[in-house]
Amino acid sequence: MEFAELIKTATVESVLLSGAGLPPVRGTLCITSHHLLLSSRPGGDGAPGTVELWLLIRNVDAVEKRLAGSSGTITLRCKDLKVLQLEIPGMEECLNVASSIEALSSVDSVMMMYPFFYRPQDLRLEAGWHLFPLEQYYQQIATQTSQWRLSGVNRDFAACPTYPPAVIVPAAVDDEALRKAARFRQGGRFPVLSYYHQKNGTVMLRSSQPLTGPNRKRCREDELLLGTVLDEGERGFIIDTRSAQAAKQARMTGGGTEPKSSYPRWKRLHRPLERGRPLQESFIKLVDACNDTSLTMDRWLSRLESCRWLSHVKAALSTACLAAQCLDREEACVLVHGAEGTDTTLLVTALAQLILDPGCRTLAGFQGLLEREWIEQAGHPFHLRCARSAYSHARLKQEAPLFLLFLDCVWQLGRQFPFSLEFGERLLLTLFDNAYASSYGTFLGNNEKERCLCKVKESTHSLWAWLNQPEEKRKYLNPLYSRNALVIWPSVEPQSIQLWQGLFFRWIRSSKYLDEAWAEIQRLVENDDTSVEESAGNRRSQSLSDTAAQTENER
Amino acid sequence: MEHITTPKVENVKLLDRYTNRKAANGTLYLTATHLIYVDASAEVRKETWILHHHIATVEKLPLTTAGCPLLIHCKNFHVAHFVIGQERDCHEVYTSLLKLSQPVKPEDLYAFSYNPKMSKDNREIGWKLIDLKVDYQRMGIPNDYWEITDANKDYEVCNTYPPEIVVPRAANKATVIGSSRFRSRGRIPVLSYLYKENNAAICRCSQPLSGFSARCLEDEQMLQAIREANPGSPFMYVVDTRPKLNAIANRAAGKGYENEDNYDNIRFKFIGIENIHVMRNSLQKLREVCETKSPSMSDFLTGLENSGWLRHIKAVMDAGVFLAKAVKDEKASVLVHCSDGWDRTAQVCSLASLLLDPFYRTFKGFMVLIEKEWIAMGHKFSHRCGHLDGDPKEVSPVFTQFIECVWQLMQQFPCTFEFNERFLLEIHDHVYSCQFGNFLGTCHKEREDLKIFEKTHSLWPFLLQKKQEFRNPLYRGFTAYKELQPNTLPFSFQFWCGMYNRFDKGMHPKQCVLDHLLSCMSQKMKLEDNASELENKLPFLDGPLPTEACSFPKMGSASKTPMLNTPQDYEGEPPPVLTNGTAVGDVEVMSDVDQKNKENLSKHQDPHDLKDAFGVLDSEAKDGKPQHP
Repeated sequence: MEFAELIKTATVESVLLSGAGLPPVRGTLCITSHHLLLSSRPGGDGAPGTVELWLLIRNVDAVEKRLAGSSGTITLRCKDLKVLQLEIPGMEECLNVASSIEALSSVDSVMMMYPFFYRPQDLRLEAGWHLFPLEQYYQQIATQTSQWRLSGVNRDFAACPTYPPAVIVPAAVDDEALRKAARFRQGGRFPVLSYYHQKNGTVMLRSSQPLTGPNRKRCREDELLLGTVLDEGERGFIIDTRSAQAAKQARMTGGGTEPKSSYPRWKRLHRPLERGRPLQESFIKLVDACNDTSLTMDRWLSRLESCRWLSHVKAALSTACLAAQCLDREEACVLVHGAEGTDTTLLVTALAQLILDPGCRTLAGFQGLLEREWIEQAGHPFHLRCARSAYSHARLKQEAPLFLLFLDCVWQLGRQFPFSLEFGERLLLTLFDNAYASSYGTFLGNNEKERCLCKVKESTHSLWAWLNQPEEKRKYLNPLYSRNALVIWPSVEPQSIQLWQGLFFRWIRSSKYLDEAWAEIQRLVENDDTSVEESAGNRRSQSLSDTAAQTENER
Repeated sequence: MEHITTPKVENVKLLDRYTNRKAANGTLYLTATHLIYVDASAEVRKETWILHHHIATVEKLPLTTAGCPLLIHCKNFHVAHFVIGQERDCHEVYTSLLKLSQPVKPEDLYAFSYNPKMSKDNREIGWKLIDLKVDYQRMGIPNDYWEITDANKDYEVCNTYPPEIVVPRAANKATVIGSSRFRSRGRIPVLSYLYKENNAAICRCSQPLSGFSARCLEDEQMLQAIREANPGSPFMYVVDTRPKLNAIANRAAGKGYENEDNYDNIRFKFIGIENIHVMRNSLQKLREVCETKSPSMSDFLTGLENSGWLRHIKAVMDAGVFLAKAVKDEKASVLVHCSDGWDRTAQVCSLASLLLDPFYRTFKGFMVLIEKEWIAMGHKFSHRCGHLDGDPKEVSPVFTQFIECVWQLMQQFPCTFEFNERFLLEIHDHVYSCQFGNFLGTCHKEREDLKIFEKTHSLWPFLLQKKQEFRNPLYRGFTAYKELQPNTLPFSFQFWCGMYNRFDKGMHPKQCVLDHLLSCMSQKMKLEDNASELENKLPFLDGPLPTEACSFPKMGSASKTPMLNTPQDYEGEPPPVLTNGTAVGDVEVMSDVDQKNKENLSKHQDPHDLKDAFGVLDSEAKDGKPQHP
């Protein structure tokens, strides 16, 4: 397929762009394979220079056209929730532009995505891809205990197509047993180590559901694997992210949950978390309510309630607290799973680590956590889940904003513990944007196997390489950060959970006054070590080139 | 003290509302002014102080095996659930508190016995801290159009207005008197705020006694005079802040609203803010929502919606924004009233002033605003706050709503207020505490009769003394922002956890940005002070510097300690998810809020020289001795 075939009209003159709190600009619209560009004529209309819109077409979630007379208006609803309007002279041009954008934004093949074409000058292709090797994480654990080993059983993705080649498993269980256990778990996701709690040596494991089925099948190797995790006389907890009812029903379709009789030392706790279509619909309803400026207070509160988004936030945080509490307070090992083990499971394991482990709360640590619990090691199917955002009219397939829910929960943690996360809201927003549409390869594909097949690491740039550049990194840091070695137990009372305005109202309300407050905080805190700031004067002057970096990003 | 039959009860439990943790066990004391609970079971001595005047309701719940429960709801949203071993003790405490919390005679209010050992002179200076005349001067009054008149010096015009009022120069004595006969309780149109930039004014009054057809020439002249005092605009707004239906109903009682046909060039408009009874019920519902144990998110949001509280807050804010826009954008004067013009009118006028004028967003300005629009103009604090044993139907959270509107503005404009949330909470506490004279009685005349100015102290100097802790570290100064145009879409209004769940510390952010920034700020100030001190010394130093320089390391390290507030205490207990399915973060240590509250309300600051407080106002509060035996 050639992109050119999809582009019916490559340029249109005199297009009026408006939306997203910017003053309307008139200029020339260009459609390229991956971008929508708008450049205002230098010197024209009084404004000197060129105003540019660089919109990644992959970011477009929905295209709506309205024709009136000889011109038409195209409304672009983006995956990052931004809404743009293009007023295009000429009916035919308008239709052509609309269908070109529609076609280009619907290209579903991973290899055709922009990251495979994006070649920024100041980044090396291989940078950022191997920052967080599992081997390194394993070495840390190995200094504390010899009960775990790094297994290559999945070297060619044979045991589990959604696991990475290397996994951390109990030392006492050999690869053959792992293979058998894998056959007893949906999608081959046998229990692996997710987190080692240094304080007391307990561990958190994750997996998918056991394939007990209607006949209550058992698997000796799976039982053995979980058995060896517990020491003599110890008990563990299985946190099933489905209701007891749903877990039972799953048996009819070949799934199920660990019966007490076969896993006598594991106590099962059911904490239903929403996923799949209901979660996507919750997201859609919330965004819909946020964009409806005609609502009365009562209608707003009622729609906020009925979309249930905040209930999902509360449930996710509560369940993560439960897992963290089992590890830290009950000093018990925990296994977390739902059905496939790629969605709510990861939500819980990732959040629990953030609550427990100060190491995950640094900028680098958080990136590592994402690689371990969402991307490389965990195989959250980003390509499927983030194919469409809240505006799309397309029939829902496998979209679900689990990653957004995770980011929202992290934001709640940051709000309750404003000094404990090294990164700020801006990083969370950037991650959200990039998960749905990106110039970088980090969130491409559904799992490591797919990324290997597509040679993502060889042919695209890593998001981490870009945002770890010193001048870029600065923007994501929390000026109030001070390392906090303690567990950060959030409050999950409804009064303590807020709607994340920075995300859901990013393009709706002006953030001028809040940005000024943020700048003021920065100024106050940085005044603490004025000398450092002064010596960084050079850095300051360099920040003029930030805008360049910004455009680079957009590209 | 005659109400206290049992000054001390031992073996009293204090239940924690949100956790299933073992209840505290301790001793309960009743003093003349406070209920004090000392927790004996804790390692650190924990005290809970409740001012009698803060108590809204005391309930004796059915006897349990643990003893006799006593549930206390406070006006500042503190809820204390005690269990007393002996029913007899419980009953005695109960009856004592009933009497202590709502005295019958005004002279039994705390303010009349509160004695901070301040000299008579300083006390009097304290009362002179806020001078409304100065504020009118600031607006340029008197000028060609407006004058300050003492027409009300013997309360002839209106007994709930202060002696001095601002009216149009064009309105003569006859007009004033005539108009007063046509306005409910004689509350004639007077100036509230003059927007100097364009001469548009905000004026306030009560409803006209128009009934179905009555007219009053003088009242019509009065409005004309107000309109003509703003030559830049051919018309003026008359805003009735009531729902239209309520206003119409009032016509049957011979009251009502202005007929546009009878007044020249007015634009009449209703802004539906509900009455005090609706507001009281709304707050009651909100209280219940806030006190629900472990509600689900849906329970909470549904409860919040059903309470209507935020809808009312939005209505007040919308009205304030309307006024400010009329004045600034349309350059038109506005006359505002509701029924009597002392509740909704006070809310709306003060909010509009706050939006228009950065002065009112400073410490001093905010005090002036409250003195002017609320105290002087006869908001019936005594009735609305239930200071004395009286009609419960008169109680209503009108002032609380105003304070919340200010807080909502702080959320949208974090750098525009000189003071912080704690300042609002402190004022709110003292509106109910009756510790100072400012909010006693219902109007100026009544305060004179009560000899407030001779017998009690003014709150404002005491607040100024503690200015450091009430400061907003993000304030960018008087000139950084002028008029504010808040977003009034529903999502911009947030539930104020810091007010309605203030004493449930587990719900609040576990690390306090405000404290941290305040300490950054004071460090910075100290360093600057020291730096300038050293600079001053520098020329006089001959030899080497080391002896002086040795003070530096200390300071350097000090600048690295602003994490004082990094709470180690939340480690205390994890959320008890295992037991009841929801997690609650909470703390062992007595809440800061409690602590502060206790200090504020019980201990004397000993202002040796109040002038300090009036001047640069940087002096720190000095701890005095506790008053109570």
